[in-house]
Amino acid sequence: MAEMTYRDALNAAMCQEMDRDDSVFLMGEEVAEYDGAYKVSRGMLERYGDQRVVDSPISELGFAGLCVGAAMTGLRPICEFMTFNFSILALDQVINSAAKMLYMSNGQIPVPIVFRGPTGAALQLSAQHSQACETYYVHAPGVKLVTPATPADAKGLLAAAIRDDDPVAVMEGELLYNVRGEVPDGEYIIPLGVADLKRSGDDVSIVTHGKMVHVALQAAGLLAREGIEAEVLDLRSIRPLDVDAILETVARTNRVVYLEEGWPFAGVGAQIVSMIQDEAFDDLDAPVVRVTQADIPMPYAKNLEQLAKPSAKSVVNACRQVLYLPAA
Amino acid sequence: MAQAIGEMEAKVNGTELSTADGEADAAGLEGFSREELHALLADMLLYRRFEEKAEEAYAIGKIGGFCHLHIGQEGLAAGAIKPLRGDDLVITAYREHTQAIAKGITPRAAMAELYGRTTGCSGGRGGSMHLFDTSVGFMGGHGIVGGQIPLGAGLGWAIRYRGGDQVCVCFMGDAAVNQGAFLESLNMSAIWRLPVIYVVENNGYGMGTAFSRVSVTDMEARSGACGVPAHTINGQDVLETYRFFEDLAAKVRAGAGPQFVNALTYRFRGHSMSDPVSGTYRSKEEVEAHITQQDPITILRDRMMEAGLLTQEELEAIDAGARSISDDAADFADASPVPDPSTLYDHVYAEINEHGRLFLDGRGERPGDGGPANG
Ligand SMILES: Cc1ncc(C[n+]2csc(CCOP(=O)(O)OP(=O)(O)O)c2C)c(N)n1
Ligand SMILES: [Mg+2]
Repeated sequence: MAEMTYRDALNAAMCQEMDRDDSVFLMGEEVAEYDGAYKVSRGMLERYGDQRVVDSPISELGFAGLCVGAAMTGLRPICEFMTFNFSILALDQVINSAAKMLYMSNGQIPVPIVFRGPTGAALQLSAQHSQACETYYVHAPGVKLVTPATPADAKGLLAAAIRDDDPVAVMEGELLYNVRGEVPDGEYIIPLGVADLKRSGDDVSIVTHGKMVHVALQAAGLLAREGIEAEVLDLRSIRPLDVDAILETVARTNRVVYLEEGWPFAGVGAQIVSMIQDEAFDDLDAPVVRVTQADIPMPYAKNLEQLAKPSAKSVVNACRQVLYLPAA
Repeated sequence: MAQAIGEMEAKVNGTELSTADGEADAAGLEGFSREELHALLADMLLYRRFEEKAEEAYAIGKIGGFCHLHIGQEGLAAGAIKPLRGDDLVITAYREHTQAIAKGITPRAAMAELYGRTTGCSGGRGGSMHLFDTSVGFMGGHGIVGGQIPLGAGLGWAIRYRGGDQVCVCFMGDAAVNQGAFLESLNMSAIWRLPVIYVVENNGYGMGTAFSRVSVTDMEARSGACGVPAHTINGQDVLETYRFFEDLAAKVRAGAGPQFVNALTYRFRGHSMSDPVSGTYRSKEEVEAHITQQDPITILRDRMMEAGLLTQEELEAIDAGARSISDDAADFADASPVPDPSTLYDHVYAEINEHGRLFLDGRGERPGDGGPANG
């Protein structure tokens, strides 16, 4: 174990995989000479050369499509988006090409590609730079999605994503890159589809993913002061989804809050709630409550932005609601 | 009428390629053996008869969905693909039946795909617009206008990454050059000198919109902006096209970098099966003029006959062969099984992860309900 930042853990995963497999390369804006817009690929140009660590032009549709085309021949591109906001320009290639290629070709053409970069809001970047893009991706059959919340998860999940034979989106967070934590040394892989219980408790379950894991833990801390023990289940992987882990926590606490950074309409939480009511209706003691970003484009003003984002306080109140307690 | 068509007529009618000029014909045929000429004619006739058969099958409901015929443009399928090596890659749009056959997909496998059968080259999952066979380097039929262009760049990237000497030929329609993906791909191909030949099948129209009505610059100017050399050729002249691609592929193989080919051609049928042949956007006369003067098959046939390299009997025999292959393909398709319902969820994912669920509709991961057999 070594303590490192989330950023360095991602770097370690890429290096780990590039060392063992020549077919892995990294392409994206600013990834090479500039060391990455968020310095995730620091030192990699020097280590692997400009054929494997490649600065692209600002052409999201183009370089994402190029990476998909390369993957069609068995190469394993890591396609970095400076942020997933910009990947909206590339969604045609993600959804119409990468996600559907294997099916359209009757299994002839797998697309072993990773799309990675930060998703969701940072601080006061306003509407176009602050959105969670998970649902755009998981909506399409053929795509997988992981959302590491800690440095260890970042290393293990990114490495697993690179080895996976399908298109995998790895959604990180601008506000996570400096988070520090213990990371296993050496080769480290976390299989896709395994949720992680980040905190246990008997009274209520907060199910969440990505950066919101930290908000959930904060909320759980606040609740603990009132004698309420919240369980925090970090899905880590949205597709494949660890349904068993969700059903277990539902069975344990019978009360669930789903917390996510994205919008509520057709959000990830909407899917989870639907799944819970399909498969664990009888285990529920209260309707599941969702905490999401306000259903608006992200405002710039600091006070409005705070109101729009899910906060520990809103999570605390959602937990109280499913416990039939008055808002704090 | 689109500017491109005007250019094409001027070139075909006003140059040594004119069918009226016997001497020039001999020059055009020069360098091709009798066998090669017969093979090219047979290829194009096969493409024509195959498409006619598809048209027939569509009319009686054997083929569904969108179906775009290549009739009139066969010179490009034969001329641009036949000179390629088996391990070269071709990627293209949705008007691709004949290109698939040219690259090596059998007429049976292509027709069965149009019929949506398991014996189709995409197992009935792709249909007319999505023919694939990686074993012959045919990387698909793609349905989003311009979507295949970055993919073509990526195929070229992969060739270069591995140090191979294959080339990738990436076809598109004229309308596709107005997509941002085109400019993005040409720029990246140029900076990284990718071994890709981008070919516009310039039939003058995107559905019912003439290129010239929605484009301010001409075709060659499009690639010039990225420093990719542009070439205009007469796609109705299969011999010119063949020689040109033979030469260009060799240059690209040797490291010449990406190329852009504006191949002038004309579509003799409607945009797709639901579209009339002429309609509001082009006149009957215009279509007729092209069918009578610019048919790539007729042009080659006449030149071979004039040069004494083809008899009427031989022509009839070749045509009968083309018809029988097409009939056989349709019979084969018709007799082939439709996909097994239990395979519905196959090939959505290449790797069914050990943990977690990939499908949340209650199907897909349980045996017997169309669950993944490929996991
Ligand atoms: C992105 C996109 N927009 C629109 C369409 C609908 N569409 C299908 S073919 C076509 C015309 C394309 O013309 P062109 O590229 O010249 O090819 P051609 O049909 O002439 O071979 C259009 C508009 C589409 N398939 N994809
Ligand atoms: Mg066209």
